[in-house]
Amino acid sequence: MAEAGLAALWLAAALALAQLALAGLGLRRPELLGSVRPVAVTQGALVAFAMAMLMGVFWTSDMSVRLVATNSHSAKPLLYKVTGAWGNHEGSMLLWVTILGLAGAAVAWFERRLDERTLVATLGAQGLIALGFYAFLLFSSNPFARLNPAAPEGLGLNPVLQDPGLAFHPPTLYAGYVGLSVAFSFAVGALVTRDVGPSFARAMRPWVLAAWVLLTIGITAGSYWAYYELGWGGYWFWDPVENASLMPWLAATALLHSVTVLATRDGLRAWTVMLAVVAFSMSMLGTFLVRSGILTSVHAFAVDPERGAFILALLGLYIGGALALFAARIGAVRSGAPFDLVSREAGLVANNLLLSVILGIVLIGTLYPLAAAAFGAQLSVGPPFFNKTAGVIALVLVALIGAGPLIRWRRDDGQAVLGRMTWPIAATLFTAAGLFAFNGPMSPLPFLGLSLAVGLAVASIVPLLGRNLRRTPLFTWGMVLAHLGVAVSLAGMASDAAFTDERLVAARVGERTNVGPYAVTLLGIAPRIGENWTALEGRLTAERDGEATPLHPQSRFFSDPATTTSESAILTTADGQLYAVLGQPDGQGQWQLRLWWKPYVTFIWLGGALIALGGALSLLGRLGRERRTRMREVWA
Amino acid sequence: MSAVLALLAAVATPAPYAYVQLRDPAQEAQARALMAELRCLVCQGQSIADSDADMAGDMRSLVRERIAAGEEPAAVREWLIGRYGDYVTYDPPLSAATAPLWIAPILLLGLGAWIARASLKRRRG
Repeated sequence: MAEAGLAALWLAAALALAQLALAGLGLRRPELLGSVRPVAVTQGALVAFAMAMLMGVFWTSDMSVRLVATNSHSAKPLLYKVTGAWGNHEGSMLLWVTILGLAGAAVAWFERRLDERTLVATLGAQGLIALGFYAFLLFSSNPFARLNPAAPEGLGLNPVLQDPGLAFHPPTLYAGYVGLSVAFSFAVGALVTRDVGPSFARAMRPWVLAAWVLLTIGITAGSYWAYYELGWGGYWFWDPVENASLMPWLAATALLHSVTVLATRDGLRAWTVMLAVVAFSMSMLGTFLVRSGILTSVHAFAVDPERGAFILALLGLYIGGALALFAARIGAVRSGAPFDLVSREAGLVANNLLLSVILGIVLIGTLYPLAAAAFGAQLSVGPPFFNKTAGVIALVLVALIGAGPLIRWRRDDGQAVLGRMTWPIAATLFTAAGLFAFNGPMSPLPFLGLSLAVGLAVASIVPLLGRNLRRTPLFTWGMVLAHLGVAVSLAGMASDAAFTDERLVAARVGERTNVGPYAVTLLGIAPRIGENWTALEGRLTAERDGEATPLHPQSRFFSDPATTTSESAILTTADGQLYAVLGQPDGQGQWQLRLWWKPYVTFIWLGGALIALGGALSLLGRLGRERRTRMREVWA
Repeated sequence: MSAVLALLAAVATPAPYAYVQLRDPAQEAQARALMAELRCLVCQGQSIADSDADMAGDMRSLVRERIAAGEEPAAVREWLIGRYGDYVTYDPPLSAATAPLWIAPILLLGLGAWIARASLKRRRG
């Protein structure tokens, strides 16, 4: 099975080369143009076959394959055996290129709007990207390498990764990254044929939207996973790996808004193309930062550091080139119709610039410790830095999100915009005054965050006022929901920062502890046995208003490899979450308990889900409208 | 010196304030805010406020004891930086080595404003 997979991988690599070459020749010799689409489709099928073979050897626990022997174990649950195929460096790179190949095949199969030459150039760029990944896999990260003699048993998978979330987290993020690679290829294709215009923007937009939705889901799910799995109630750590997923999202968010200007107003041409380049650079950077082993993290599977350093050097050149190109082109932004200082376009330009500044800050803050280490200075850049810089700018951006959709395209009157902003501004001031009067002094960021979140929630609804809701297009609903999601998520973050109640106690059986509105009692400790772990389980009961709910946090011990994890118990209610963790015994009958009452913390991920839903509705709305337009053209 | 000894002795049993909060809520809040900004030196990118590692527990205890003794959070941070270097704080202190890091956001904002101005001018002209 492993050899079949390897053969398919070599064939797919050869086809990627053919795809690039045919596209290059086809631009000069039109008779070759028609051959590129079938090649792209076949390449996608072959690499998908290789991925299926890898999942197959993991499924059957074939210990004669080196990757299986070092990353799997025959006693693992079947789900984690199969998903373990991408719980390691080689497998995750193969998954990346598989999704890339499938996306290329989808572009070749479905895309009919774009000029044929631009499409072929796009597929050529896809072939080039894939070729780099194939070379990397085949020459330095072969997932199908055999082990002779076969290992008697595997070394096992990191227990932290044995979670249903892992099954879907990497594929979701990778699909998002790859969506951005398609946007990048469209941008390169359009540059090659000098065909940067609304039709190119409309072809690219669904891919950007889909990638953005998937990245949003991936980040939201990853954040919730860290929250319940790590056992300390934190949901975002400004950890380099998290930043690596945030940077492509920031770039994709900017791209999403500028591509709309290009599609509707034929403005921001060069800027949109360059954002597509930056967005893809960020997803490449993210993948390699995480995969190169240069960062210590649960995501960085043990890898040869030289391999990582080599890739990073290449990437530095690549991104440096992309940014140089960006700098050279930004001066040549050729706009369509002109617009005023007060206009939707100007608002979107401000949105793009602020997002880019935040992206730049996150990028510098993430890479700075690495650069400093190269000069012999050991330092850490973490939450305080990002909150003081990117956090403050993000709050300005939040205010802008509220205003943007209330401004008309091309030209608007400042007074009129302020008039439409009356209710949101009033809501913000009212919340601020209320917090000040009833809660007393607060830290500035949560205070501003809560006030602006309420204002944005009101502002995001305003575009629907006075409209016939049944005739409002889906993509308008999408925008409203996504902006509302930002407000909801921000409110959750601010509430968690300002109002969390923490209790750390060493409790005896029968002892009560008050946390937030709850009284928590330790009833006892019981042993539990799972498929490949044993655990001590705390029997807690949480009482609120006379109603008792059981809570069962666990301390789990895995044997292959030997590790302890804490499984938190979380009680979710409409107004927040009670979060309980069982710690160590002190040997004298006391057990450490960590208890948190986190009011409205669920809003963080609810907001993320709303943002993703908004993006999905918008995507459906755009695709639906295009299909209707095409139907009309056919009938006309 | 006693603090160093306490650190060494605390390997087997958790230090007194590793998992115990301070009585005074104001002091606990100060300690909590500081702990979230200190790096757990043996972990994978976690603060000492979010880590199960023994060393993080010892450092938490040390922070709480010093705050309880009336020290300012900034002084505790300084003491830890003196002992472990800049690596221990997530809030990099302004120095020759970190100046570019702190200036970068301001430069980026300036660059953004300049680009916006330039593009607006062109549109009007």
